[in-house]
Amino acid sequence: MSFNHSDIRLQFPILKKGTYLDSAATAQKPQVVIDSMKHFYETENANVHRGMHMLSEKATTAFEEARTSVQKFINAKSAEEIIFTSGSTEGINLVAKTWGKENLGEEDSVLITLLEHHSNITPWIQLKDENDCAVEWVELDQNENIDITQLDKHLANGNVKLVAITGQSNVTGVRTPLKEIINKTHEAGALALVDAAQLSAHHPIDVQDLECDFLVLSGHKLYGPTGIGVLYGKRELLESMPPFLTGGGMIKEVKRDHFTCAAIPTKFEAGTPPIAQAVGLRTAIDWLLQFNWEDIEAHERSLIEKSFSELRKIEGLTILGPSDPKNISGCLSFVIDGIHPHDLTDIIGQKGVFMRAGHHCAQPLHEHYGIPASTRLSIGIYNNGEDIEKITPAIQEAIKIFS
Amino acid sequence: MDLYAENILDHFKSPRNRGEIKDPTVEHEELNLSCGDKITIQLAIENDVIKESQWKGSGCAISIGAMSILSEELEGKSVEEASALSIDDVKKLLGVPISQRRLKCAMLCLHTLKNALHSFKHEDTQSWTETIGQEEMKNE
Ligand SMILES: Cc1ncc(COP(=O)(O)O)c(C=O)c1O
Repeated sequence: MSFNHSDIRLQFPILKKGTYLDSAATAQKPQVVIDSMKHFYETENANVHRGMHMLSEKATTAFEEARTSVQKFINAKSAEEIIFTSGSTEGINLVAKTWGKENLGEEDSVLITLLEHHSNITPWIQLKDENDCAVEWVELDQNENIDITQLDKHLANGNVKLVAITGQSNVTGVRTPLKEIINKTHEAGALALVDAAQLSAHHPIDVQDLECDFLVLSGHKLYGPTGIGVLYGKRELLESMPPFLTGGGMIKEVKRDHFTCAAIPTKFEAGTPPIAQAVGLRTAIDWLLQFNWEDIEAHERSLIEKSFSELRKIEGLTILGPSDPKNISGCLSFVIDGIHPHDLTDIIGQKGVFMRAGHHCAQPLHEHYGIPASTRLSIGIYNNGEDIEKITPAIQEAIKIFS
Repeated sequence: MDLYAENILDHFKSPRNRGEIKDPTVEHEELNLSCGDKITIQLAIENDVIKESQWKGSGCAISIGAMSILSEELEGKSVEEASALSIDDVKKLLGVPISQRRLKCAMLCLHTLKNALHSFKHEDTQSWTETIGQEEMKNE
């Protein structure tokens, strides 16, 4: 479908409430996504894989069709490689607490980077505490991307078992060279996990082309509902891993003193899954894929470049990360001399410009920049140039209050 | 009235009682985890009366302004009186409406004070929920 921007915008009724520049935290949902969940509850709701009745069959079909949609969206080889989770956080924890727990020992290490979100840090620190393995860090280079020389050095040590890396920073908007990193990781005999929570709404993902071993994403950042996410894993890996949560749904057979697991993906989906959310996610993916990625990326690139040049004109304002906006995607963060990000973000929020203040779940990165917090501007497909033009006047108001 | 009232901004720009006591009777630090604000209060207490209060820390205008304003109230108060200070008292001191999203900023000073006093009395520290919990729900 053609990329008619004013038409896209009309499909998000909530945008009337203000200038929403916080899509990296969670994206707004097009009306069709909201409607599809309502429709599901009104006409198809039942538990999946259980009841011997028509509604259960409908719900099961809808749920499994959602899995197939996700499979196509990230080009996985098979639908069984798609595990529904509650979000990226659960996906990473699942890998750490199953595969990680079984495969990492005292000699081994997990390699992460300074660009990671806490959800791709703390599960590995927990694993370190439990299994006595190491967690090692790759710092940034002068382009504010991850330092490949350091990555090489760590990989050359021979003890790295997993490289867990974000595809796109949720603070500076830097995209990591995933293919190169994954190649190097595999050459060193390690596995690669990609945190695509931020990347997935802004850039096409092809797990077969990337050859990543695991990948996680969150439905709510992809114009879908909260409460659902995806863990992709290569079939052999998922099959070899112990279950994560256990209980209903994920078993083959339960005896008084033991149980056996169902095949993947069910093995990793204990309990009643987020069914309506899966339906919503599927609708969100179908909705997004009606557009060309080239159009989406060109539109979003123009918004980031406009934001960058607008912000750069403001005295005392420092943008974290790359000095070239071409190296920024989806979001950027900044600080202003003498104004705490909390105050700034609150004041511009009162002017109707909604951004996020804080460390954005990336404390190590903020520490690296020597600041406790920043203000983050992030965009979605529905933002336009007028949104960006509202930023400077709102910030000027805040500066006036503090001058 | 605006949250960034002149009074608060004045205290933010020139904070009162920001400093250190040489031999404090008690010292306590608290954080506002959601934004990284951090405040340490020091108290000199004699015969159950606060003789001096000093504080240090970093944060937004609301948390720093509120701490500065509260610090002016403490000298001469008995431990009992200071322990009895409530959210409403701090709100009155600030004199502006505090939105739910800024409540923790505004009450970081009170939370830190309460726990400094608990520590002085060898009591368990109180949680954020105890400091502002009910209030937060009321605002929701
Ligand atoms: C890069 C990145 N990874 C992981 C997450 C966690 O996603 P969720 O909260 O949906 O589990 C986020 C969300 O903020 C993120 O930005």
